[in-house]
Amino acid sequence: MAVDMSVTFTGRTLPNPVMTASGCAANGRELHRFFDVATLGAFVTKTVMMDARSGRGTPRMAETASGMLNSIGLQGPGIHAFVRKDLPWLKSVGARVLVSIAGNTAGEFADVARVLADSDAFDCVVGVEVNISCPNVANRGLVFACDPLASGKVVALVREQLPRDVPIFAKLTPDVTDIVSIADAAVKSGATGLTMINTLLGMVIDTDLLRPQLGGITGGLSGPSIRPVAVRALWQVTAAMREGRVQRVPLIGVGGVRTGRDALELIAAGATCVQVGTATFNDPTAPQRVLTELTELAGSHGVDRITELVGVAHDRMVVP
Amino acid sequence: MSRESGVVKVDGEVIATRRVGAYHHLTIVAPGVAELARPGQFAALAVGGPTSGTLLRRSFSIHKVSPSGTYGGTLDLVVAAKGAGTQWLTGLRAHDSVDVVAPLGRAFPLPTEPVPCVLVGGGYGSAPLFWLAEVLRERGCTVEMVLGAASEDRLFGVVEARRAADRVTVTTDDGSAGQRGWVSDVLPEVFRRTGAPVAYACGPMGMLQSVTRVAAEHGAVAQVAVEESMACGVGVCMTCVMPVRGKDGVTSMVRSCVEGPVFRGDRIRWEAFHDGVCGVPEDTVGAPRTGGH
Repeated sequence: MAVDMSVTFTGRTLPNPVMTASGCAANGRELHRFFDVATLGAFVTKTVMMDARSGRGTPRMAETASGMLNSIGLQGPGIHAFVRKDLPWLKSVGARVLVSIAGNTAGEFADVARVLADSDAFDCVVGVEVNISCPNVANRGLVFACDPLASGKVVALVREQLPRDVPIFAKLTPDVTDIVSIADAAVKSGATGLTMINTLLGMVIDTDLLRPQLGGITGGLSGPSIRPVAVRALWQVTAAMREGRVQRVPLIGVGGVRTGRDALELIAAGATCVQVGTATFNDPTAPQRVLTELTELAGSHGVDRITELVGVAHDRMVVP
Repeated sequence: MSRESGVVKVDGEVIATRRVGAYHHLTIVAPGVAELARPGQFAALAVGGPTSGTLLRRSFSIHKVSPSGTYGGTLDLVVAAKGAGTQWLTGLRAHDSVDVVAPLGRAFPLPTEPVPCVLVGGGYGSAPLFWLAEVLRERGCTVEMVLGAASEDRLFGVVEARRAADRVTVTTDDGSAGQRGWVSDVLPEVFRRTGAPVAYACGPMGMLQSVTRVAAEHGAVAQVAVEESMACGVGVCMTCVMPVRGKDGVTSMVRSCVEGPVFRGDRIRWEAFHDGVCGVPEDTVGAPRTGGH
C-alpha cells in the first residue's frame, strides 16, 4: 500500500513534506523547466525584503568539501515587485508557497508581511518563513536569530500583520550557544513553527592569492557537510518539546539534504517537513527526486503515513 | 526530461576524449541537446559521480553539437584541467558517464543581414566560435577570426579556424605562434579592413573588455560571452552575477547564466572589475547605501 505522504500543520494540509529551501530555488520559473514545482509540498521563495537589493559583488561563492560558502547579500526585487510578478506566477502553476521574508529592522519585517498579506495572490501562500538570520541594522548588525529578544520581537510584529490562520515559521541559525532558548522565544512570540537550520558562518582563504576568496569575506556554509548540525539542532529542540520545556510546534528540517535517506534522517530527528537546498545546485531535479526516494524509503519502513516517522528516533534509543 | 523548456538534464556517455594542446576535447552522447542548442550557449556538468562531495557544476561553452551521429546526439566541449573538478572531467574515459544539463543561457544574436563579422577567441574561449562561424556563413556573412593565447599550446582550433573562417589571424603573448602580442593589437586593422559592424568574442574578461573597446572605436557592436564562476548554471544560486546596463540604461546585478552568458559588451560595467573581484557600482538598482546593508 502506498504511504500517505501528506502533512498537516496549523490547519494546512500539504500533499507531501518536501520543499525547496529559500535562496536555493529562486522564485520557481528556473526549476519549473526541470520539474513541476506544484508537485512539491511547498515552494519556498528567495528571501524578500522591502526594497530592491543588488546583493554583494563577486566572488559570492566558494566551493568547500561537500558544500559551499555563499555571500549573496539577499539580492532581490523587493516585496512590491515580488507580489506583482513572482507570487502570481507561482499561483498560476498551482504551487503552494512558503514566502521567506526579512528586514533590516524588526519593523521592516512587519512592513514586508503587510504588503504580502494585502496582495492579490496571497491565497497561494501556505505560510511565511521569517528569515531572522540576517543582520539587525538597529543593533550593530547583530543577527536577529542570535538574540532571543530580537527574534521574539520580529515574530510578534510579523504575527500582527498576518491573518491568524497563516502559519509563521521562524528560521533559526545554528550559530548560537543554545538554540532551544531562541526556539522558545520565537514560539512564545507567536511562531507556529520553526525552520532549522540556516547556514553556518564560515570563511575560505584562496591559497594561491592568499586572500579571502569571497568578496564579502565571510559567507554561509551549506550543503551535505552541515547535515549533522541540522540533525543535532532538530533533535535538541524536539527533545525540549517532548520534555515540555518548549511548546510543541511543527519543525521544518533543512540542511544538507541530498537524498531521500537524508530527508528521512531529519524527519526521524523531529522534522515534519524537509527542505532541499544546496543539492539543487548539483541536481536541478533534486527536490522532486528526494520526494520520490523518501516515499520509497518510508514504504520500506512499513508505515502507513509519513508522519509516523516524525521524531521516531527519540523513541528508538537503546539504553543498556 | 525537457517539459518543452529548451533544456535537458541527461546522463551523458563520453565517447571520445583527446588532448588538444593544453586542453581536453570531450565528445559526449547527450540525447536532446543538439536539437535545442545554438552557438554561445553552454553546458553544466556535474563532477565526481553521483555521490561526489564536489557539488557545484562546471560550465563550458558548447563547442559543437551533432543531432544524430552513430551513437545518438552528441555534444562537444573543451575543458582545461584547472582544479579537482575539471581534472575529474579530463580523466574521464570512453563509456564513462557524466551528468549533463544543457543547453543553457542566451546564444549569440545573429545579424539579420549578410554582413562581415569578426570572431575573437582567447585561449579555449574560441571553442564556440567555429560553430558560430558556420552558422554565420550559412547566412551569407563573411567571417574573419582572430585567435589569441599566452602561448601556442594554449591556442585552440587554429586548424579548424582556417576551414571555418574566410581569414584567420593568430596572436600569442610570447610569439610562439602567429604574431607576438594581444588580439587587441591586431583588431583595429581587422575592423578597418572588413568594416564589420559586429564582433563576437569569448575568452578572459580582460580580453572581452578590450574587444568591446576596439569594436566601439570602429563603430561596431561587440557581443561577448562572459566567464564568471557559477554554482548551478541554471539561474537559482545567484552567484554568477555582474553589473550590466539594461536597454533603459539602468544597471542591475544580472545572472550571467540566464541573462547571459552573451551580453553586448558596451552594456557591461567593466570598471567594476578589479583583479578577480567585481564590485557593485553605486548607481546599481538596490546598491548598498551608507548605513544600510
